[in-house]
Amino acid sequence: MQERVKDALARDFKYVGTRPVRPDGIDKVTGRARFGADFNMPGQIHGAVLRSPHPHARIKSIDASKALALKGVKAVVTGDDFEEQVSDFVPAGEMMVNYKDIVRNVMAREKALYEGHAVAAVAAINGRIAKQALKLIEVEYEVLPHVQDVIEAMADDAPLLHDYIFTMGLDETPSTPSNIAKRVEFGHGDLDAGFAAADHIVERVFDTREVHQGYIEPHACVANVAEDGQAELWCTTQGPWTVRAHCARLLGMDTSKIRVTASEIGGGFGGKTVVYLEPVALALSKKTGKPVKMVMSREDCFKATGPTSGTQITVKIGIKEDGRITAADALLKYNAGAFQGSPVGPGAMCAFAPYDLEHVRTVGFDVLSNRPKTAAYRAPGGPAAEFAVESVIDELARKIGMDPIAFRLKNAAREGTQSSYGPKFGAIGLTETLEAAEASDHYKAPLGPNQGRGIASGFWFNIGGETSVSLVLNEDGTLTLMAGTPDIGGLRASLTMMAAEELGIDIKDIRVLIGDTAVLGYNFLTGGSRATFSSGMATVEAARDIIREASARAAQLWELPEDAVVWEQGAARPAGPNAGDHEPMTLAQIARVAGKTGGPIVGYSRLSAQGAAPSFGTHIADVEVDPETGRATVLRYTVIQDAGRAIHPAYVEGQFQGGAVQGIGWAFNEEYIYGEDGRLQNAGFLDYRVPVASDVPMIDTVIVEVPNPAHPYGVKGVGETPIVPPMAALAAAMHDATGIRFTQLPMSPPRVLAALDEARAAGTAKI
Amino acid sequence: MAKHHVTTTVNGDEVEFLCDTHDTLLDVLRNELELTGTKEGCSSGDCGACSVTMDGRLVCACLVLGVEAQGARVDTIEGMARGEELHPLQEKFLEHAALQCGICTPGILVAAKALLERNPDPTETEVRYWLAGNLCRCTGYDKIVRAVMDTAADMRGA
Repeated sequence: MQERVKDALARDFKYVGTRPVRPDGIDKVTGRARFGADFNMPGQIHGAVLRSPHPHARIKSIDASKALALKGVKAVVTGDDFEEQVSDFVPAGEMMVNYKDIVRNVMAREKALYEGHAVAAVAAINGRIAKQALKLIEVEYEVLPHVQDVIEAMADDAPLLHDYIFTMGLDETPSTPSNIAKRVEFGHGDLDAGFAAADHIVERVFDTREVHQGYIEPHACVANVAEDGQAELWCTTQGPWTVRAHCARLLGMDTSKIRVTASEIGGGFGGKTVVYLEPVALALSKKTGKPVKMVMSREDCFKATGPTSGTQITVKIGIKEDGRITAADALLKYNAGAFQGSPVGPGAMCAFAPYDLEHVRTVGFDVLSNRPKTAAYRAPGGPAAEFAVESVIDELARKIGMDPIAFRLKNAAREGTQSSYGPKFGAIGLTETLEAAEASDHYKAPLGPNQGRGIASGFWFNIGGETSVSLVLNEDGTLTLMAGTPDIGGLRASLTMMAAEELGIDIKDIRVLIGDTAVLGYNFLTGGSRATFSSGMATVEAARDIIREASARAAQLWELPEDAVVWEQGAARPAGPNAGDHEPMTLAQIARVAGKTGGPIVGYSRLSAQGAAPSFGTHIADVEVDPETGRATVLRYTVIQDAGRAIHPAYVEGQFQGGAVQGIGWAFNEEYIYGEDGRLQNAGFLDYRVPVASDVPMIDTVIVEVPNPAHPYGVKGVGETPIVPPMAALAAAMHDATGIRFTQLPMSPPRVLAALDEARAAGTAKI
Repeated sequence: MAKHHVTTTVNGDEVEFLCDTHDTLLDVLRNELELTGTKEGCSSGDCGACSVTMDGRLVCACLVLGVEAQGARVDTIEGMARGEELHPLQEKFLEHAALQCGICTPGILVAAKALLERNPDPTETEVRYWLAGNLCRCTGYDKIVRAVMDTAADMRGA
């Protein structure tokens, strides 16, 4: 079931809010669309990566002579082939990255820091020989003690990953290196006073495990570096411009020398915002003078590309008897993996965002361990933080016998609320989602035995940022729209709709393309739920450019001042009776005479999109627990979220549904399982089990529309918020069904069964 | 070692190729025959992105050897539309927005077509279990299942 709660300001749109077939649809249902691994260059050779079998080891020497002697092998690269980098932070999505770390993650230098860490790479005439050659590379390791648990890694005597990390964010920077890369703190008010005023306080500790983005398309690229240093790179990425920047830096090349073309992207979820194979393929191509293709295996995706952090989070909240929150405090410890930069900052900022709080604090630690470096994953940091907070909220509401929606409405953030992380909220739609949840059939439906219902809210910031879009009026009046943010889930459709709406023309007259780094100004990546917001804003600006210029051409022909011409229903028209009696001129008519009135007509917009508005959502989940096996089945699920305004509602619903199901996987099945030896035991889709079709029900959606005043069509980013509430909503449902408060994820059958046994022994189990 | 010479029928056309013993049907389709619509997501038969039919049977092309295609009839996503006319499943997937990134779409379409050939009137549960071998990380399956059910209803009516 899909519903929409319409905003009051909606005018009559021709396209916005409708559901046309996406422009890239045919390519994607016929197998035509070319993804990362679908591209080949003439004369290409194949690269492969040698990876560390050890979670922590000093690399004493690498001898590639035998590999190089193998017939068909063209080159080997190691850490020495990449430029050493100084410690320097640059933005990447909602997070910062450091080149000293990136160069080491791409190819190990002094030490291998996790199982799967790249230590060398080879290029050969085919993939089979490349893999044979890997076995001939001799690496001498000094195996070191390793640490993988976030709490153990924080201990003073834990094995140290880096000698250059000194905890940042303390009053005084320590003189000894540490696995704690950073401390962050947000909040306001007086916690002691707030807790002193509380009638009830609940404090709990939560554990979540590493989970992977699980995009179905593995990383892949083809690099081609010519003798003069001109390079082209084809790859699957969320951000071709960020790939270009990283590669130029790591290889010491001029930015202008690298042209990056993003392939169609087979899922990213944040995991394709960073580089892994791309600089390696460029280095191999540079060394061999041939195009080099590299494709990652699924096992390597799990072992060597970013999962998101495992966490330990302590949440303490105090309330009055009437349900008003008096104080809220959270301590968040996020496992960053082998290099600094876990999403603990955004996690700490997100934690209490749905609430209007007088006294609040969040403290976070970014912790290093011998696991793959975490990468952004859909609302990075948010899901774990709000799993913890929303679970405590649910417990408090039940403690005082208050409906959890009423409890949230009593404490909800509204327009003008000072957020727990600083800024005052603008036009947010949290209460609207809660009211829609309360009014839904789902919330009132009866439950059967062994069943439970849970509810949780969630939030994500959403971002704007650098964006460039071009819109070219062709000779026949059709248009070519080019954006630079890769289309992962319907972006081309929404951009075309906004352009057609603005110009007053048919969407069929616009062809939309995703441009490469040589044909547009800088574009920040598709991430932070920014693509429809930012590229949409730039598309509207570019369309207005076309309208201005086309109107000016008509004015010229009519010998009128420019302000005597208006643009209505896809044509230039005299502004009023005083402007004379001229037949309207369409884009086709104006394009036909463009050569005689001043030349080609091109719209171009480059901007840094401001005013990205946060999106709040509320989820309702029903589960049934099998008392004998501990297996939970999701019976019914509803996502209610503020979209600002849905340009193409089907793709907005798709984001809601997809995020919810990723959350269901996170809640019940998905986790990285390491052995004592520090090696990943479930590096494949059989053992790392993402939800399949038979695991889930239909996902109902309600699109709430509280338009974003900063966007010409009211857009708010929608992609990330849907993964924030599911774990807490499902944990609340599990509590409702079993009487057990689950504080560890995933709530997998063995864990649920063990908890049931314990609760039955204590007499507290409901089933 | 000398390569094997294999003769097979792909999407109705007789084709020949040479392959090594260990080359999978997926390797052959993508690299020798340049039919890259069949995707590689895991190479272990767990994701279904490489779903094709062999003599009408739904298989993961990564679990079939190239030499096993000798004398067989292989059908891939590239053979699903007839000229300019899309298969009803392809139409419905577009209409329902049953894809986001699109990487799993070819495999899911091939699998769904195999389902409807066996069972023209599947229940939602039957659709979900039949497609349980095809991972989609974007959509949450809702619109995929609806598109398949809607296609089945249309095709029964047609």
